[in-house]
Amino acid sequence: MITTVDLTKRYGSTSAVDGLSFTVESGRVTGFLGPNGAGKSTTMRMVLGLDRPTRGHALIGGRPYVELREPLRRVGALLDARAVHGGRTARNHLLYLAQSNRLPVSRVGEMLDLVGLGQVGDRRIGGFSLGMSQRLGIAGALLGDPEVLLFDEPVNGLDPEGILWIRTLMRRLAAEGRTVFVSSHLMSEMAQTADHLVVIGKGRLIADSSVDAFIGRSSRRHVRVRSPELARLVPLLPQGHVTTHGDHVRVTGTTAGSVGETAAAAGIPLHELVEVEPSLESAYMELTQADTEFAADRS
Amino acid sequence: MSGVMLSEWTKLRTVRSTVWTMLGVVIVMIGFGYLNAAAARGQADRHPMIDPALLTLGGAPVASLMVASLGVLAISGEYRTGMIRTTLLAVPRRMRMLAAKTAVFTVFSLTVSLLTCFATFFVGQVVLGPYGTGLGEPGVLRIVGGCALYITGSGVFGLALGALVRHTAGGIVAVTVTLFLLPQLVGVIPGGTGARLMPYVTSVAGMRVMSPETAGGLAPWTGFGVFCLWIAVALAGAAYLLRRRDA
Repeated sequence: MITTVDLTKRYGSTSAVDGLSFTVESGRVTGFLGPNGAGKSTTMRMVLGLDRPTRGHALIGGRPYVELREPLRRVGALLDARAVHGGRTARNHLLYLAQSNRLPVSRVGEMLDLVGLGQVGDRRIGGFSLGMSQRLGIAGALLGDPEVLLFDEPVNGLDPEGILWIRTLMRRLAAEGRTVFVSSHLMSEMAQTADHLVVIGKGRLIADSSVDAFIGRSSRRHVRVRSPELARLVPLLPQGHVTTHGDHVRVTGTTAGSVGETAAAAGIPLHELVEVEPSLESAYMELTQADTEFAADRS
Repeated sequence: MSGVMLSEWTKLRTVRSTVWTMLGVVIVMIGFGYLNAAAARGQADRHPMIDPALLTLGGAPVASLMVASLGVLAISGEYRTGMIRTTLLAVPRRMRMLAAKTAVFTVFSLTVSLLTCFATFFVGQVVLGPYGTGLGEPGVLRIVGGCALYITGSGVFGLALGALVRHTAGGIVAVTVTLFLLPQLVGVIPGGTGARLMPYVTSVAGMRVMSPETAGGLAPWTGFGVFCLWIAVALAGAAYLLRRRDA
């Protein structure tokens, strides 16, 4: 379990992360969403004891990361897959990690096989594609068989096969009861992988809820209605919740059933009546609109 | 050996720069030693022989700079690639990481330097023939062993400066300036101050341990002690900043 309390990071007068408090539970994939520059990586670095918070703190399993003994046995993290020495072989890269936490050296070969790098373990990392580097980074994160995993943008630069592989892996790790915390700016990816979402914008918490609840909160969930007698129907619908779009209207804050009964009671024929679920993407865009607008203004 | 030290040893031995640098050190030391000895022997009847032990160790200033650069790289390489974060995730106690890295680098450099310096000495003495000296002669063992100590000390100094500036080129410039340019800068300070400070300057103090005792300068081990103080201050600064700075 990961907990942050009032986590804050300031650089001069600007706040990269501002009073962030949330909990990442075990046994599910928690997506960490936010536009670029929202403070996702900074938050992860503070959780991992790399950056010092200006205020607040972060705990993993109730303790600060820097107090963990042999931390790779408790926590695995992939921050930047390219942050490796290109002159070293994949096997030697994992070897020094294993040695530092007194992990059995046999784990090195096992993890290389697990991530599909068994054949290229003795090649220098410098010649690896981004996808191979990501796999190596994941092998490093899993080396100590940790119960808590943090991935920063793990699908960046991966081909569809690699993305599917990571998605399946994360689901499996969570199913094994581990804590999986994964940042992304790809909504479609999170929609398919995450059970829970922590959404931030400009360093502040925007939402901390299940994926379903997050989508449900969006005002874009609406009922689409087409009828030849819209003029008669609209006055009967809840005032202020109806917008006209060409030949149909959108009604928010109600259900298709309710609109249908209203129309039936008044004898109004309907040509279309459907509840439109917003995508995670649109819910996200709506909630972070303030940020993106700000960013657009500034540039 | 602790896991962290074993890990640092793996890091050091699995990059090519370590192998190439140390190979370069061996070639420079033995090459300079051989040429100096051959030249001295050829002129032995015309020029008085300078100290036959020190004579063979003429490659030391270049070798020390090479090992110092390797010291810089041992830590700046991690900052250049961003690997320092992976390192600190594995070993979040930063002082432990720095201590292990420094210890492993010191033992490795000292081993290579000792082997190289003694090999150089023996090659040189073979070339010098009747004009040569032996390890049993007064001061000779200290001069040859001291050469290895000075080269190793330069390496550790480089590691400390690399940790301070966290940048390869910057670190190499810093170590070159402090080891080679600083004595010349101090030398031009007017009014006798420069002359008074000179014995305490980095390489001037450090190389006393590999030189015959002469009037003037510091005693050999006093000089090396002063050099170690320079290294200690640089390491302390590196440790202080490593604790404070974000990785």
